Amino acid sequence: MGKTIVQVLKGIDLEIRAGEYVSIMGPSGSGKTTLFNMIGGLDKPSSGSVFIDEIDISQLDAYELAWLRCRKIGYIFQTFNIIQVMTALENVTLPMVFAGVSDDEARERGMDLLDLVGLKKRFLHKPFELSGGQQQRVAIARALANDPAIILADEPTGNLDLSTGEEIIKLLKLLSQEKGVTIISATHDLKMLNVSDRVIWISDGKIEKIEKREELSISLGQIGEK
Amino acid sequence: MQGKIKPNLPQKQVVLPFKKSVEIAVKSINSRFFRTLITTMSLILAISFYAYIKVNLDIISSIAASNDKAAIQRLSLQGIEVPEEGGVLGLSPQERWLLFLSLLVCVVGIVNTQLMAVADRFREIGTMKCLGALDRFVLRLFLIEAVLQGLIGSALGGAAGAVIACLGALVKYGSSVIGLMSVNQILTSVLSAVVLGCLLSILGVLYPALLAAKMQPVEAMRGRD
Repeated sequence: MGKTIVQVLKGIDLEIRAGEYVSIMGPSGSGKTTLFNMIGGLDKPSSGSVFIDEIDISQLDAYELAWLRCRKIGYIFQTFNIIQVMTALENVTLPMVFAGVSDDEARERGMDLLDLVGLKKRFLHKPFELSGGQQQRVAIARALANDPAIILADEPTGNLDLSTGEEIIKLLKLLSQEKGVTIISATHDLKMLNVSDRVIWISDGKIEKIEKREELSISLGQIGEK
Repeated sequence: MQGKIKPNLPQKQVVLPFKKSVEIAVKSINSRFFRTLITTMSLILAISFYAYIKVNLDIISSIAASNDKAAIQRLSLQGIEVPEEGGVLGLSPQERWLLFLSLLVCVVGIVNTQLMAVADRFREIGTMKCLGALDRFVLRLFLIEAVLQGLIGSALGGAAGAVIACLGALVKYGSSVIGLMSVNQILTSVLSAVVLGCLLSILGVLYPALLAAKMQPVEAMRGRD
């Protein structure tokens, strides 16, 4: 059997402003994750480009991409992806180690970040001693480790129960407001819509519509009726 | 082509200091103690066999080179032919073959367990890469783990092999053999066993580690458990 080339994204033209809270919505297989990976430099577009702060990230070499991932982008995953062998604090400070921050400074900043997400007292705990919501909090603290400009959250509430998911969403919103971080999240979670500045609906590799928050309450009603 | 803006990032530096690499590797070994034990076990067995054969040969050579008639006679009784003056005792072809096989089985065993370990750690590796780790950081972590396992495993194996060989010699050739043994020679043999063990450990982890290092960070995004 030969390989079939599938065109996943077809002419996406999207601009996201610094400090914005954007949700990418769409059904499975719509190209949501692909778009998301392109933005995060995890996947390279076969044609077209992705710019972060005027830099075309599809032109970067492996070394520069690693730097970008380390300093400019913070990732939050559906499955938390806390490194199992490390404590909460070590997880948070790992990106700082890669960034060349000294041990003492990393420790101090790590504790501040854990404090920010409400887990200061649990800094010595390993992931298996933490609940899902707590693990996701550690992941958020880790994503903020090197003061990134962008946080990419891939279904951050996908593995969490309703109220924990809400707490995580609130925390993300708070961070975007306080730190001015751009938050881009791919999600199915309708709770995300309430806090998003803009919602981008993807379907079949194209942008179906972009809605601002003001317009959202109406659309929410429509979804309910569907 | 459109959009070819030269990237102009200040201090594009991602680092992982050696001390930190060792720290992470030790942590990883500690928390996967059981798996490490299995990997190390095959190394311990193979290296103890190697050390046993080497040290045994050392002892026999020492006896053969000595003037202790009684001990030499016991050698002959064990079916070992003492070479003429100036001749050197060596391993028999069977011994060589056995040794080669045991080392080969050991490396294959290490490759196997390490491949499983890498598959187990795909998410962890992908996550590290998302956090800014370079390919060579991952490679280095795996290599350091392998060296540590190699050192511990072959030190244990080497010591075990040497002790068994010495005890065996005591039983077979009598207590007079103690005076004839060359401690230096035996230590050299054990040292060579440790070096060999480390090399085997590195050899076994090379392919799995390269596989891990080349992995794309996007793997971390895929929600596999």
